[in-house]
Amino acid sequence: MNLLKILTAGVFATVAFSAAQASASVLDTVKQRDVLNCGTDNTAPGFGYLNTTTGQMEGLDVDFCKAVAAGVLGDASKVKFVTVTDKSRFDAVLTGQVDVVFAHTTIKPARESSIAIDFLPINFYDGTGLMVKADAGIKEFGDLDGATICTTQGSATETVLTAAFKARGWKDSKVLTYENLEKLFSALNSGRCNAMSTDKSALAAWAGNAPAPTDYLILPDTLDKSPFGGFVIANDSKWRNALRWIEYGLFQAEESDISQANLAEKLKSEDPFVQKFLGVDGGYGKDFGLSDDFIAQAIKAVGNYGEVYDRNLGPKTKMYLDRKGTPNALWTQGGAIYSPLWN
Amino acid sequence: MTIHETSAVRGMVDHDHLKSRRLRNRIRHEAIQFGVIAIVVALLGMLAYAVKSGLAEKGIRFSFSFLANTAGFDISEGWTLTSGESFLPDFTLFSPDMTVASAFVTGIFNTAKVAILAIILSTVLGTMLGVGRLSTNWVVRNLCFWIVEFVRNTPLLIQLVFWYFAVVLRFPPMASAAHLYGLIVSQQGVYVPALSWVGGDSILSIALATLILVSAVGAIFDPIKGMRRVCVAAAVICFALLFVRGGVELNFPVANKFKASGGTSISPEMAALLLAIVVNSASFIAETVRGAIDALPKSQWEAAASLGLSRRYTVNDIVLPQVFRVVLPSFGNQYISLTKNTALGIAVGYPDLFNIYGTIANQTGHSLEGIIIVMASYLILSWIISTLVYWANRRLNPTGVPR
Repeated sequence: MNLLKILTAGVFATVAFSAAQASASVLDTVKQRDVLNCGTDNTAPGFGYLNTTTGQMEGLDVDFCKAVAAGVLGDASKVKFVTVTDKSRFDAVLTGQVDVVFAHTTIKPARESSIAIDFLPINFYDGTGLMVKADAGIKEFGDLDGATICTTQGSATETVLTAAFKARGWKDSKVLTYENLEKLFSALNSGRCNAMSTDKSALAAWAGNAPAPTDYLILPDTLDKSPFGGFVIANDSKWRNALRWIEYGLFQAEESDISQANLAEKLKSEDPFVQKFLGVDGGYGKDFGLSDDFIAQAIKAVGNYGEVYDRNLGPKTKMYLDRKGTPNALWTQGGAIYSPLWN
Repeated sequence: MTIHETSAVRGMVDHDHLKSRRLRNRIRHEAIQFGVIAIVVALLGMLAYAVKSGLAEKGIRFSFSFLANTAGFDISEGWTLTSGESFLPDFTLFSPDMTVASAFVTGIFNTAKVAILAIILSTVLGTMLGVGRLSTNWVVRNLCFWIVEFVRNTPLLIQLVFWYFAVVLRFPPMASAAHLYGLIVSQQGVYVPALSWVGGDSILSIALATLILVSAVGAIFDPIKGMRRVCVAAAVICFALLFVRGGVELNFPVANKFKASGGTSISPEMAALLLAIVVNSASFIAETVRGAIDALPKSQWEAAASLGLSRRYTVNDIVLPQVFRVVLPSFGNQYISLTKNTALGIAVGYPDLFNIYGTIANQTGHSLEGIIIVMASYLILSWIISTLVYWANRRLNPTGVPR
């Protein structure tokens, strides 16, 4: 009968544990743990990439992880990067393996309605594109009737391609899916795939990182738009709101011309908005469960949105994606990077 | 009352007493068993309830209704069942406007396809390797030994990636692929001419096709002893007649811009997966076969030799029939593990059950329900295999016949 008691106790413990888990916010868990578990890709140059020469994670998504760690815990180094794939990223959040995922994830309704996640604001505006070998004689998407087009499993591209085939009435075209971008790129190089399809930024990054970038051609077509956002577990407003406003903080900092470089100077500013924004006098953090200087900490760690963009996708990088004239520019310059009102 | 009578009465009383005690014991025993089962069922129910309410609290819905939704994604190859006319399921190629359930069926089909082919090919190759390891020829013996050693001692996943990226994808592209009597070997796949049915509803053609089927079944199961050759001959003649009458025709693959159309093909992903699994399983099967041959009494070889049988006849007619009786259960284990290993197909993009589950889980968000379906499917596949092996074992080893 002892066994029975243990079993019963086990079941009750499970019930009690799951109930207890549901009531606590991830924000409290993260603070208690004093480390942020952040899910990122490590094969997407410019977004989440393990730089093999420095051994460091780098990319736009990686910088957002650091900004969150700095904003929540006051220290950008208190972040543990957990590699997620296109396929595993949702389960990683659902099971609590990671607290937040920034992994170039396209925001679309099915993901919020049927997977229990909530998206954070858009941090990059991308589009689904195609890349072919330059010597294949393919100039546009229309040349690919009957071709095998490859993409990654679990990406939004899978359904975008299927819809594009259907719209053009193509019957023989096939979608082949691989686990990750690395295998996808090898398959394109070997000739198995006539075209590789994923977000244009990733295509630019892979071509840019290749030994001979001119061997590849990114087709002019954009099959669909692809707005990226991080995401957290559903129904945890406390955590989600904290992260949303850290992200908006980076947008607003660029608009208000507060950067990593001039932060020390801005902290001494007489402007009442800047004083409140950076938590010198009052601040916005307390009611979110953060410290009042959370934005100052995030800017100190990674800089404002413009600096994050330039570091990872700017002119000095191999995959250089021009911001000007795209939605990724600040709204004051005709883009779509926009923070709600802070005052 | 004599002493004898008394003891007899006492005996009867004792007997009744014993009987009632046995009954009591049995009732108690059954009550305990029943109680344990009831508790286990209750615990499972509580666990399921806890899981379900835990999921509900996290905002995750648990329901299988997503199976009826439209898939909306493409699968690179594979057939499926879909609800056709007059409620009979249609067996057709998968297309994105079918349901999620059809996508699962495609995955099961692809997994079963690779598993069945791999079981047949690895048994043949494995037996050859196993016999080869005991060959009197030094080259053959050592070659087999090193193949088996090398393959057994490296991970299957790495072998699979090797076969795919280093072998299959090194085939020439479609434009410069070798054409050999309709056979096209390219990195877009291996294309072979296929037979296609053009007989329509012609009664003669259908009758001939039925005859072929019957004689093929007869040739395999050989219900009337000694009729196997007649059955094979009948099948060949019927087939020749059908071909001449125009009931079937050879459909040659024709290369076009990106791939080839017509004929039948094996995709590079399937070829790589099949190669990896066949070679890997064959090396394990080879070891089983070699062990069983070694375990056979030496006198069997000596007896065969004293009858003047050549080595070939000794192996084929004396050794292997005895070996197969012994190794079948181990083969069964190997077949089951081989079937489960097909789940590695995801590493090379082969749309097997587990790969398609990944896509479904991501597009619909129902990963828990999906994994339950996947586990149940693998369980059923494994059961089918073990049942078939059990059945074959019974046939090869009739009860009462000494080994």
